Amino acid sequence: MSSPLLRAVEGEQSDVSLVASSPTVDSSQNGSGLKERNYMGLSDCSSVDSSAVSSLSVEKNNNLNLKATELRLGLPGSQSPGRSSLNTGKLDEKPLFPLLPSKEGIYSSIQKNVVSGNKRGFSDTMDVKNSVYTAGNWMFNSASESESPQSVEQGKFSGNSGMNVVPSSRPSGAQSSIMKEFPGNLLQEHHRATIGTSHNHKTASNNNNSAPAPKAQVVGWPPIRSFRKNSLATTSKNNDEVDGKPGPGALFVKVSMDGAPYQRKVDLRLYATYQELSTALEKMFSCFTIGQCGSRGAPGKEMMSESKLRDLLHGSEYVLTYEDKDRDWMLVGDVPWEMFIDSCKRLKIMKGSDAIGLAPRAMEKSSNRI
Amino acid sequence: MNYFPDEVLEHVFDFVASHRDRNAVSLVCRLWHRVERLSRQRVFVGNCYALSPEILIARFPGLKSLTLKGKPHFADFNLVPHDWGGYVQPWIEALSNSRIGLEELRLKRMVVSDESLELLSRSFANFKSLVLVSCEGFTTVGLAAIAANCRFLRELDLQENEIDDHSGHWLSCFPDSCTSLISLNFALPLETLQNILMRAPQLVDLGTGSYIHDPDSETYNKLKHTILKCKSIRNLSGFLEVAPRCLPAIYPICLNLTSLNLSYAAGIHGSELVKLIRRCAKLQRLWILDCIGDKGLEVVASTCKELQELRVFPSDVLGVGHAAVTENGLVAISAGCPKLHSLLYFCQQMTNAALIVVAKNCPNFIRFRLCILEPTKPDPVTMQPLDDGFGAIVQSCKHLRRLSLSGLLTDRVFLYIGMYAEQLEMLSVAFAGDSDKGMLYVLNGCKKLRKLEIRDCPYGDKALLTDVGKYETMRSLWMSSCEVTLGGCKTLAKEMPRLNVEIINEHDQMEIGSEEQRVEKMYLYRTLVGPRKDAPEFVWTL
Repeated sequence: MSSPLLRAVEGEQSDVSLVASSPTVDSSQNGSGLKERNYMGLSDCSSVDSSAVSSLSVEKNNNLNLKATELRLGLPGSQSPGRSSLNTGKLDEKPLFPLLPSKEGIYSSIQKNVVSGNKRGFSDTMDVKNSVYTAGNWMFNSASESESPQSVEQGKFSGNSGMNVVPSSRPSGAQSSIMKEFPGNLLQEHHRATIGTSHNHKTASNNNNSAPAPKAQVVGWPPIRSFRKNSLATTSKNNDEVDGKPGPGALFVKVSMDGAPYQRKVDLRLYATYQELSTALEKMFSCFTIGQCGSRGAPGKEMMSESKLRDLLHGSEYVLTYEDKDRDWMLVGDVPWEMFIDSCKRLKIMKGSDAIGLAPRAMEKSSNRI
Repeated sequence: MNYFPDEVLEHVFDFVASHRDRNAVSLVCRLWHRVERLSRQRVFVGNCYALSPEILIARFPGLKSLTLKGKPHFADFNLVPHDWGGYVQPWIEALSNSRIGLEELRLKRMVVSDESLELLSRSFANFKSLVLVSCEGFTTVGLAAIAANCRFLRELDLQENEIDDHSGHWLSCFPDSCTSLISLNFALPLETLQNILMRAPQLVDLGTGSYIHDPDSETYNKLKHTILKCKSIRNLSGFLEVAPRCLPAIYPICLNLTSLNLSYAAGIHGSELVKLIRRCAKLQRLWILDCIGDKGLEVVASTCKELQELRVFPSDVLGVGHAAVTENGLVAISAGCPKLHSLLYFCQQMTNAALIVVAKNCPNFIRFRLCILEPTKPDPVTMQPLDDGFGAIVQSCKHLRRLSLSGLLTDRVFLYIGMYAEQLEMLSVAFAGDSDKGMLYVLNGCKKLRKLEIRDCPYGDKALLTDVGKYETMRSLWMSSCEVTLGGCKTLAKEMPRLNVEIINEHDQMEIGSEEQRVEKMYLYRTLVGPRKDAPEFVWTL
């Protein structure tokens, strides 16, 4: 499908670079090619809206041009192929709602807002540094954090020409706000998880191996409960193991802490190093300041700052341990990360005094394994 | 009506069952308010922080059944930190210190400790029913206390909770004869299933756990025979691990089933599911995984003519798989199941044309929740946004109370919603809209809106602040990853003292004083009791 966008964008390469270089862009000045929404490759979409916009702004009084916003029950023109199940011949074709006059006052300012620079793209949730855009290709499977356009599977057009670079006008400029488009893929494990660190996306490449990259993970999407995700992950993992190959799924293990009223779960696949895991756990358990917060509904107001907890953890008042496949408790950190993930069944943050006997055994075990 | 003695009024009010109606009754005059509150037995508290246990107890001394909800809905999807709040302990303590004879407690998204469960089990002699949905913080120790101490327990319903220990040992704490037990809705391990069924043959609701067994084994055979005796089972769920060859054991009860939950059973292939469902002609509620496929949904459509609620969950949450259900499955269901009124549908794609047909086929939707797995995906045939499709739904379904949107959407869909969705009470929006207009259309148009939750949309302070009075007519508003700023939230909090405007500040992102900084997560709700005292340090109530 060669979209009109392709031609439009390719013809306006220079506009792309111009736009890229100026930090604040009034995107309504960009003309037709680089309207904010065109990154979707939906020239039809934007033309519908722009026709609505232009027609509405033309009509000053109650006779608004309704055609563009007409709501019809029935097949929308000739756009969709005939489907036997969509027998809608009897349906009423007349427009179902006139736009109310009282709403007219809003429309004069639509034009400004429709192309506002404030649209938060899907990518903004994902710490995307670079992304490659392919029209109409929403499933983008690449083997790594793709920075090269060549890895685009169905490259409709080479990398940069497809990018609609509109810098963010947001003052806070958090993440990589330069890209305001939908990568339609890309970095997997993109969890800006509430329990994770903010640099988890770097771990993505570790999880790749031979499996095709899963689609990018947005926090909280798709909207299903963790209970369900976990039970599916467990089931599919079991099924896969039966088949002889490990699943690419998440690897949730329970984490308990002495004195905390309840356990948490972490997905080990989100992390690539012990440091990342440790930071995440610090954040997760920073509320459980030695027995103060909890389910009683009256947590202490004293703040155990993260650094203090880290000191605690590193100052060996608490140590991180795990239960391995043989049901032994080992100190975390003695074996290579991959081996740790493979064998870790549960995590526990114990008091240092309880963990004294562990270290030598861990060393022993791993040396026995070799 | 002033001439009737209170008892007559009370008797009349007995016929008024729904919370809404009773709330309305209580507003008529002081007399009615008094009679109503003294006779009210069932109370629903949609937000546990909107009032205090003391207020509840003072107003409704005859309380027997309490429903409490804690965390905002998006907490289910990990958007709310664990320790945000929602503790049930203060409620149970207050109730147990009062004279209230609590018989039923239904909790959703709350933190429930073992201590709370133990206190509950010891405090109310007539306690009959415990329902915990999407809760956390307890283990089987707490459940054992319930099983052992609540002699008249009729219903124990545990759905999708984070429970620590899955050992079945606590189940042996049920007394030898549970003639009162009619509902056990949680994953019962197979070994205990048999046992429980023997003790409680009148079970109506049953959950099963691991259901893997050799069909020739003795346990399995015993189970088969026991099930045959359980003619009363109407609702079946569980099946977390299933050997398809064992499914025939439940065939005998399929005909009577009105509710079937197979949504954890990733191990069953579509064809096995279909074989099972063909026997369930009386199903009213079906929860299933999308591996049933469009073809399987056609079977559902032709078999389950009584179907009222359908939920199709994704089996492949990581997105590495192939398309499982599409718009075709939904269209088939809408054509075959005229009584359908509640839908939750996860799919790979959706078209405007399909939604328009569905809207025409099923004008009776009360809940319509569509989740296209890929955010902002347009109609794959026309490459258009799905504004028209959802517009058709809201225009046709005049009783629609709950709507969840997905796919590519512009401000236009919100214009339609504002115009047509007159009964809409809850709206969930993600990755949609172009400007503040979208949110404003909804706030202006949906007069009955109670809950609005928005994530990753370009709505900012203007949308937030245009009609601040609206929020007192609503239960709550959630906005995350939008464009609202700290300054905007502060303004709102200042103008509306009867709202709690909470900012969730993880990762120490915000500094006090940077008014233009975007707020990552905001949750506001109306309340009678001001800022809550149990907020953790990362929650700021402005």
